[in-house]
Amino acid sequence: MVPRRFSSAFRMNFDLFFQYLVAGITYGSIYAIVAIGFNIIYNATGIINFAQGEFVMLGGMIAISLLEHLPLGYAIAAAVLVTMGIGAVIEILFIRWLKSPSVLQMIIITIGISILLRESALHIWGESIRSLPYFYGNEITTFTLGSVHVSPQVVWVIAACTVMMGGLSAFFKSMPIGREMRACAANRTAASLCGINIRNMVTLSFMLSAGIGALAGCVMSPMTYTQYDSGTSLAIKGFTVAILGGLGNSLAAVAAGILLGIVEAFSVSLVPLAFQDAIAIAILLLILFVRPHGIFGSSEMAHLQDF
Amino acid sequence: MRIRKNLSLAALCLATVGLHLLIVATGTQFYLTQLTMAAYYGLVVIGLGVLMGYAGQISLGHAGFFAIGGYLAAALTTRNLQPFQEALPVRMLDCLGLLATGQDIYGAALLTVTPWAACVLAVLAAALVALAIGVPVLKLKGHYLAMATLGFGTIVYRILLASAYFGEADGIVEVPAFPLLPAVGRFGPVVISGDADHRILNFYVAWGILILGIALLLNLIGSRVGRALRSLHSAEAAEASGIDTGRCKLQVFVLSAVYAATAGVLLTHFNGGIGPGEASVMKSVRYVALVAVGGMTNLWGTLIMGVGLTFLSLRGVFGAYDDVVFGAILIAVMLFAPGGVLSLRLKEFAYRLIPGGRS
Repeated sequence: MVPRRFSSAFRMNFDLFFQYLVAGITYGSIYAIVAIGFNIIYNATGIINFAQGEFVMLGGMIAISLLEHLPLGYAIAAAVLVTMGIGAVIEILFIRWLKSPSVLQMIIITIGISILLRESALHIWGESIRSLPYFYGNEITTFTLGSVHVSPQVVWVIAACTVMMGGLSAFFKSMPIGREMRACAANRTAASLCGINIRNMVTLSFMLSAGIGALAGCVMSPMTYTQYDSGTSLAIKGFTVAILGGLGNSLAAVAAGILLGIVEAFSVSLVPLAFQDAIAIAILLLILFVRPHGIFGSSEMAHLQDF
Repeated sequence: MRIRKNLSLAALCLATVGLHLLIVATGTQFYLTQLTMAAYYGLVVIGLGVLMGYAGQISLGHAGFFAIGGYLAAALTTRNLQPFQEALPVRMLDCLGLLATGQDIYGAALLTVTPWAACVLAVLAAALVALAIGVPVLKLKGHYLAMATLGFGTIVYRILLASAYFGEADGIVEVPAFPLLPAVGRFGPVVISGDADHRILNFYVAWGILILGIALLLNLIGSRVGRALRSLHSAEAAEASGIDTGRCKLQVFVLSAVYAATAGVLLTHFNGGIGPGEASVMKSVRYVALVAVGGMTNLWGTLIMGVGLTFLSLRGVFGAYDDVVFGAILIAVMLFAPGGVLSLRLKEFAYRLIPGGRS
C-alpha cells in the first residue's frame, strides 16, 4: 500500500510541477514581450519608456471595444494599428522636438505620459474589468498534454510571442528599415552621416514597441483580464526582465522573461498571492543591487554603460 | 544671503498669520483643514526637493516612507498589546513608561504605545529603512535609480495592502489624538487631532512645523554640507575635492525620508486614520511632480507650489481629473520649463509677444 500511495502523491506533485511550469512559461513570454518593447525604444533613444505597460493595456482595451463591430481577428489587428498610431503621436508630441533632454527629464516625461494614458483609459472605459473572449473554445476548454491540462489560449500566447520574436529578428536582420534602426542604435552620429533620418527611426521604434505591446495585451487579455491600471505592474515586471537579461539584449530578455515567469508561478505555492507582485519587485531590486548589467550581460560591457 | 534667508522665513511666518486672518475675515474657516493637510504634504515635498534638486537623486518611493511613518504610528497607537503583555519588547516599553492604557468601545482593557513613543519609533523605523535600502539604491543612476525606488514604493504598498495587521484595503482608523505638549499654566495642551475645537491650533502647529522644516533645510543648504551637496551633480569633481559623495547622498536620502515619515505620523494623527492609498505609486509621482513644478533647486518654489497645488487638489478643484492634472503638469514642466515654473521669465516672454515692445 505504502509505496503505491507514495508514487501517486509523487505523480500528483509532478503534474503540479508541470502545471506551474506551463503557467510560468505563459506569463514569462508575455513579460519577455514587454521587455522587448522596452529594449527597442532603449536601443533607439537611450530612454526607458515608463509608459510601456500602458501600451499593453491600450491594446487589450481597444480590441475589446472594437469587438462589437468587427470579428476577433480584425479587431486585434485594428487595435494593434491604433496603438501603433498612439505610440507615434506620443513620440511626435512629447519627444521628437526635444533637443538634448536629460535622463531625469525623460523619466519624468514618460511617467507623465503613462499617467495621461491610464487616466484617459479610466475616463473612456471606466473601472470595470474586461476581457477578450477566448480565441478558441472557452475558459474551461482544455486539452491534455500527457497528464497536464493546458488551455488553448496558452498555446495562442506562446505562439504569438514566438511569431513576434521571429518577425522582429527577421525585421531587424534583413529589412532595410530594420537595419537602419540597428545602425541608429549602434551609433547615432555615424547613422545620421550615412543619410539615415534618426528622428524617423525613433518614431518608428515607438510605433514598433507600442505595436508588440498591444499584441501582447490582446493575446493575454482572455486569461489575465484588462483594466485601466493593469499596465503598471506589467511595466515593472517587463523592466525587471529587461534588466535581468541585460538592457538592450532582446534574445536574453526571452530567457529572463521565462525565468521570472517560472519563479513567480512557483512562488504562488510558497507565499500568499497578494505578495506575488512584491516578489517580482524584490527580484528586480536584488538584481539591480548585485548585477545591474543583468545575468546574461558581461561586466566588461557594463563598464561602458551608465547605471 | 543670511539676511535674505531670515527675511524670507519671517515673511513666511507673516503669511501664515495673514492666511489665518484672511480666512477669519472671509468667514471660510473650513479651508483651515485642507491648509493644515497641505502643510504636512508640503513637508514631504521640501524634503524630496532637497534630495532631487541638491543631491540630484530622484526618488519614486517617497510615499513609501510617508506610509511607513503614518502606518507605524497608527498601528502602535491603536493595536492592542494586551495579549503580548509578557513579551520582552512590550515589557521593556512598559518599564520606560511608554505604554498607555485605555478602553476600547466595548469597555475591554486596551494597552497601546503612547503617541510620542510611537512617533519616535515610526520615524526611526523609516530612517533605518532608508539607510538600509539607501546603501545599494544610491549606487544606481538615472533609470535604474528611478525603477529601484519605484520598486521599493510598490513593495511597501503591496505589503500594507496584504497584511491584516495594517488593516489591508481599509487601512487603520480611530487613531487617537497626539498630545504634542502638555498644558502649562493658562495655556491648554497642544494636541494634534481633527477636532473642530482644535482647528486653528492645528493650523498653526502644522505651519509652524513646516516653517521649522524649511528653516532647517535652508541652513543645511547654506552650510558646508550643502555646498558639498551641490557639487554632487558632478561626482568626479566632488570626489577630487575630498567629498565622500556616497555618504553625502545617503545622508540626504535618510533626511528626506525622515521628513516624509514625520509628515506621515502627524497627518495620520490629524486625520485620525490612514489608508493604503497614501502609499500608492501615484502619490510618489505626485510628490515628484510638485518638486519639478517648483523648480528642482528652488526650495521656496517647491514649498509654494507644493502647498498651493496640494491645497487645490485637496479642495477637489480638479475633480475627477486630479491625477490627469498632475500628469499633465509633469509633462508640461519638463517640456517647457525644466527649471520650474517660477524660473520662467514671464516678463521677457510677454515683451516678445507684444509687437514693438522692448526685447
